[in-house]
Amino acid sequence: MQEAKTKNQQIEQSKKFLSALSAGSAVSGYEHGLLEMIAEGLRPYADELKHDAFYNVYAKKKGLTGQGTILLSAHSDEIGLMITDIDALGFLHFAQIAGVDAKTLLGQEVVVHGRQATPGLIVPIPESLLSADDRKKAAKIENMRIDIGWTQDQARERVSIGDTVTLKRTVSELLNDCLTGKTFDDRAGVAALAVCLEELSKLRHHHDVVAVATVQEEVGVRGASISAYRLNPDLAIAVDVTHAVTSDYKAEPIEMGKGPAIALGPNIHPALYRKLCDVALEQRLPYQSDPNPGVTGTDARAFQITQSGIPTGLVSIPLRYMHTSVETLHMRDVVHTGKLLAYFIAALPEDLEGMLCY
Amino acid sequence: MLLKELSELDGAAGAEKPVRDALRQFLHLHVDESQVDKLGNLIVLKGQGLPGPKVMLAAHMDEVGLMITDIDSDGMLRFRTVGSIEPRLLVSKPVRIHSAPGTLPGVIGSKAIHVQKAAERGKVFTQEQLYVDIGASSKDDAAKHVKLGDYAYFNTAFAPFGDGYYKGKALDDRAGCAVLAEILRNAYDLPLYGAFTVQEEIGLRGSQVAAYQIQPDFAIVLESTRAADLVPDEGPSWITQIGAGPALSIVDGATIYRPDLLRSVQDLAQRQNIPLQLRRGGQGANDAGRIHVSQTGVPVITLSIPCRYVHSPVSVIAERDYRHCIQLVDALLKNLPLGVQ
Repeated sequence: MQEAKTKNQQIEQSKKFLSALSAGSAVSGYEHGLLEMIAEGLRPYADELKHDAFYNVYAKKKGLTGQGTILLSAHSDEIGLMITDIDALGFLHFAQIAGVDAKTLLGQEVVVHGRQATPGLIVPIPESLLSADDRKKAAKIENMRIDIGWTQDQARERVSIGDTVTLKRTVSELLNDCLTGKTFDDRAGVAALAVCLEELSKLRHHHDVVAVATVQEEVGVRGASISAYRLNPDLAIAVDVTHAVTSDYKAEPIEMGKGPAIALGPNIHPALYRKLCDVALEQRLPYQSDPNPGVTGTDARAFQITQSGIPTGLVSIPLRYMHTSVETLHMRDVVHTGKLLAYFIAALPEDLEGMLCY
Repeated sequence: MLLKELSELDGAAGAEKPVRDALRQFLHLHVDESQVDKLGNLIVLKGQGLPGPKVMLAAHMDEVGLMITDIDSDGMLRFRTVGSIEPRLLVSKPVRIHSAPGTLPGVIGSKAIHVQKAAERGKVFTQEQLYVDIGASSKDDAAKHVKLGDYAYFNTAFAPFGDGYYKGKALDDRAGCAVLAEILRNAYDLPLYGAFTVQEEIGLRGSQVAAYQIQPDFAIVLESTRAADLVPDEGPSWITQIGAGPALSIVDGATIYRPDLLRSVQDLAQRQNIPLQLRRGGQGANDAGRIHVSQTGVPVITLSIPCRYVHSPVSVIAERDYRHCIQLVDALLKNLPLGVQ
């Protein structure tokens, strides 16, 4: 009973942190707004906390010997929109930043991050004004506007070209500890880092651990590249999300609620994959194998080839409807991901070189 | 605020009860008689026993929504729309399912952009492709929480928006319901019937039996109508413009309005300095279509509050249009068009 209660508390605490992070807004390149929130969530478990000029946030937890350095990362940025014009009627025209699916934008409420946060609605221009061809196709961003309910002059007082826009979405709880909301890609990873650091404070570990909330992942893993260069760690594990199976997507075998997905393939150091799986088995944590035949679309992509090369692993939280405003995941998977990382770190030998030898 | 309360209530065709109950509660001190008919129309009477023409004011309670029609083996819910919702608007939305005893949250997700094939990317997600995810682990798990036939709705909050506007869901036609309820708080020198109708969105069904029962001498339909005022220099395509006053219908898909009535409404608005616009475009239909051919025929006009993005998760009206619509209806009830008396 005691164990179950603790587990629930951990899920609730993690849910709270993830919900707060999800409510924040940080389109790639605009992560500064999230700095305080991330710092607040990681500070209780960190010995040192700092950020760099790009707003990568580093939370360091010292190991017993501090002989090696382990980098853990989850990216803080989100996909979003940017204002490109304010028209004569006060409607805003916009472009996308990173992998937005335009089809999912119509009818969404948004926040325009202007001089003041301004609520808006993404709406289609009337169908009668579309070309016959466009009427049959999915909606294009050029045929959408953001309505903020102000005239052009009033709009100009509030909003400028270049302002970013994020979707407005409150997190809600579904059945069976499932959670839905925006930007779980990859704020769920940040929440998992917090779980990991908390677990580590109860465990003995040799090496220093630096959990990094990385920036600009969605535009090409740029924060990962900078932070890994700075730390030059002995090994790096990226924590991200991965597509969970649904009836209309069965290409990969990863299921929500069945534990973190541990990646393997050329982007991943084989010893790290094996160790992560061994630790999961020893600790009776659920996990799924996630074969990636190419380069992964995560921070791991950059880590592996930073400086003289870094042994890299990837642990992913299964997620449905990625890059929509209704991303859905299982909170148990978030907590299990954090725990797996903590036990993995605690199980690392003092001599990392031997373990990582091919 | 009544309009906020009505907007945030859920009630699609056949499931108008939450709206009807709220309106009954709001009106019971202000009317002489109140009854719910066999279809669920709420019909109230004020000024019982007064001489003079019987006037019917009508506004529909139902909104567009979803109905759960099947549960997949993986616990996902298939649905169809109740009334017309453009499929492009469905995807990536949270919904709340009315499943006794309470409501249950769900989301309409979609295949991630990363794993869509090139040909899929430019295609609309059809309603048949979409489903509601409630986090159920299986069909059996889902069936514990949801029944076939349960209704689902967008869960949009009502709020002031921009320069004197409101945003919210179901403003078509809760805005009309709110105007009608506000009018019923006043006293007029005639027998005034308020009909809060059901099932407008699936074919103007409630109003037919409501008009038959009331047999009015004159009817005013209070609606929310499309304002497509988005693109500069495309004025003729706007239909109506928000903020420019209530809109008077000249012709729509179901009714040709009597020109003498239209003229007297315009004259009255001008005399009383109430802004009024004419609804451009002859498409769409509303309860007037059934009311004007009821029994031996009923003179009818439609006054609408211009509304951007009708039948979508979130629509927008102007506070001043709402206020001016109440003013104009009030003026009309004190100065009935000549053709009516």
